[in-house]
Amino acid sequence: MNGRTIPRIMWLIINLFSISLVKRSEPSKTWTALTPLLAVILTMIAGGLLFMILGKDPFLALRVMFWDPIFGEMSFYFRPQLLVKAAPLILIALGLSICFRAGIWNIGAEGQYIIGAICGASVALAFYPYESVFIFPLMILAGGIGGWVWAMIPALLRTKFNTNEILVSLMLVYVAEQILNSLAIGLLRNPEGNGFPGSRNLQDYASASNHELWVGTGAHWGVVLALGFAVGFYILLNQHLLGFQTKLTGQSPRAAKFSGISPNFLIVICLGLSGMLAGLAGLFEVSGPSGQITIGFNVGYGFTAIIVAFLGRLNPLGIVLAGLLMALTYIGGELAQMQLGLPAAAIQAFQGMLLFFLLALDVLSNYRFKFRFWKAS
Amino acid sequence: MDVSSISPTLLIASLIVASTPIMLAAIGELVVERAGVLNLGVEGMMITGAICGFIVAYETGSPIYGVIASILGGAALSLIFAILTQFFLANQVASGLALTLFGLGFSALIGKGYTGITPPDMSSPNLGFLTEIPFLGKMLFEHDYLVYLAFSIILLVSIFLRYTRQGLILRAVGEDHSSAHALGYKVIRVRVLAILFGGGCAGLGGAYISLIRVPQWAEGMTHGAGWIALAIVVFASWKPMRILFGAWLFGGLTVLQLNLQAAGVSEINLILFKIPLQVQYLTMAPYLITILVLVLMSARALSNAPGSLGKSFHVSD
Repeated sequence: MNGRTIPRIMWLIINLFSISLVKRSEPSKTWTALTPLLAVILTMIAGGLLFMILGKDPFLALRVMFWDPIFGEMSFYFRPQLLVKAAPLILIALGLSICFRAGIWNIGAEGQYIIGAICGASVALAFYPYESVFIFPLMILAGGIGGWVWAMIPALLRTKFNTNEILVSLMLVYVAEQILNSLAIGLLRNPEGNGFPGSRNLQDYASASNHELWVGTGAHWGVVLALGFAVGFYILLNQHLLGFQTKLTGQSPRAAKFSGISPNFLIVICLGLSGMLAGLAGLFEVSGPSGQITIGFNVGYGFTAIIVAFLGRLNPLGIVLAGLLMALTYIGGELAQMQLGLPAAAIQAFQGMLLFFLLALDVLSNYRFKFRFWKAS
Repeated sequence: MDVSSISPTLLIASLIVASTPIMLAAIGELVVERAGVLNLGVEGMMITGAICGFIVAYETGSPIYGVIASILGGAALSLIFAILTQFFLANQVASGLALTLFGLGFSALIGKGYTGITPPDMSSPNLGFLTEIPFLGKMLFEHDYLVYLAFSIILLVSIFLRYTRQGLILRAVGEDHSSAHALGYKVIRVRVLAILFGGGCAGLGGAYISLIRVPQWAEGMTHGAGWIALAIVVFASWKPMRILFGAWLFGGLTVLQLNLQAAGVSEINLILFKIPLQVQYLTMAPYLITILVLVLMSARALSNAPGSLGKSFHVSD
């Protein structure tokens, strides 16, 4: 038995069963709906294995992460957190979904989120300590415009110079982070903060604070708006011409061009809309749960929202569910960190894995598997 | 403020060090893109290579094993991408993003407990009399092995793509996968190999950061170098030798910015205006200039892009 025998036998076995892919004429609706569930289950299994390698009891880890936050004894504290964390994810992912549908890859939502927060907070800090009911609406306006402007940079560069929007939008995240750091220790620093970095806390400024609307639910204005936008987007995508145009452009740019849709117009609209929503998410975060502009204010919602958009199948209602699930992984991750000493990064790896499985399983909705025994070659 | 304290010899020597990681990652990605695949996971593969190399180098005490581990780590991560995009026909942009997100999380996960320690030193070759050449000696001939390896890889890739049959096949697969398939070339096999090569190079680039340039491990320590490498491929309009200039440009910017910071330059005089300069504005400069360069290049460069770039290949199409 020489060294090549085993590979040869393996090759024979592989060739015994021939699996081929046959393209479906139309994506399967059943599989499109089922794949996220399947992906979650597979991620749980793979995640459990990962925890086992890390030397933790996988069942305990999964229970702490996914069960205890909602049904455990501390759930009264964690349940409101679910909405608080889901709101920015849903807002950003809704905007991204319309971009991704049109084949426009805005991956710089994190930057748009930061700029939105900075613009909104700046308006509030400019008015401090004057109290008025108009301040909060003005902040919302500023936050939305801030995110919109930041997204317009890749949009205009793409339409004017054909510059790749993926790279530009991503580079702008690093730029936005540096602007944030500069402002946190410079212009926006709290003059009464003893020199510590970070702005005044907006939670202590009644006119500007995005407080909990109903006690114990965690729902602030961002949550209400996120759900409102989800419904709005559902109507937009299914009933409005823009929804049809984005879908057509994503599926066949050539066909879309022939039917008279201007690709540049669509790029400006989609990127603008997603930038605005990311900016709003930033504003609601800085005026509510986070409270202040400070170094490291952003925690990666803009990137996680990419996973949320895909997990929700670029569908508004799916995104709401996916946003809640992702929020759960954040909370569960924190809990697992406290109780089991799991590193915080575990959750990021977990989220990445989820996206892997989702993308791999997508083949089921676009292709049919054809099994044959003994391929005659 | 004292700009004159910055020595040009040292500046260029450190420029070469700073440009090596992006050079390695970019040349790998160039091969991948010439095969018609867009892998946006460079950042994820770099950081994975950085931590794999660091852990192995630290545990074994040998930087050579670390370097090998970083190549394997980057290639292993790129294998996931290859399986997703080539066998499961997943969208390449989304899969690349997934790779980056996963790589950042995974590296932070396994790198826990390795922060704040120094890896073993990488030895440098002794080039004898070459180092004694005034000016040039210190600038060019006192580097570690990986710097020269990076140059050789670029040269070899350039020769491979231009003069070898395999290089021609790879280019054919990237330009028009249907025709290449019709001619009997194994499109998927060529692409998987290209992706693995790209992953290995990115991993090596990451290890250069964690083992030589910094040398330490910190979460997310690549700071977008992988994305800059992607931009450099566009800058080079998919031509290997131009990667050198792209990498030097960005390496130079990074070094200049660090030197200005170290020299404590607090404002720039633009004849009439004095612009106050915060560290943050210096730090963002490489990213802004990347955007600027992309804008300048994109109108012309895109016509050089491989024809099948980013498209999935399936026999039925």
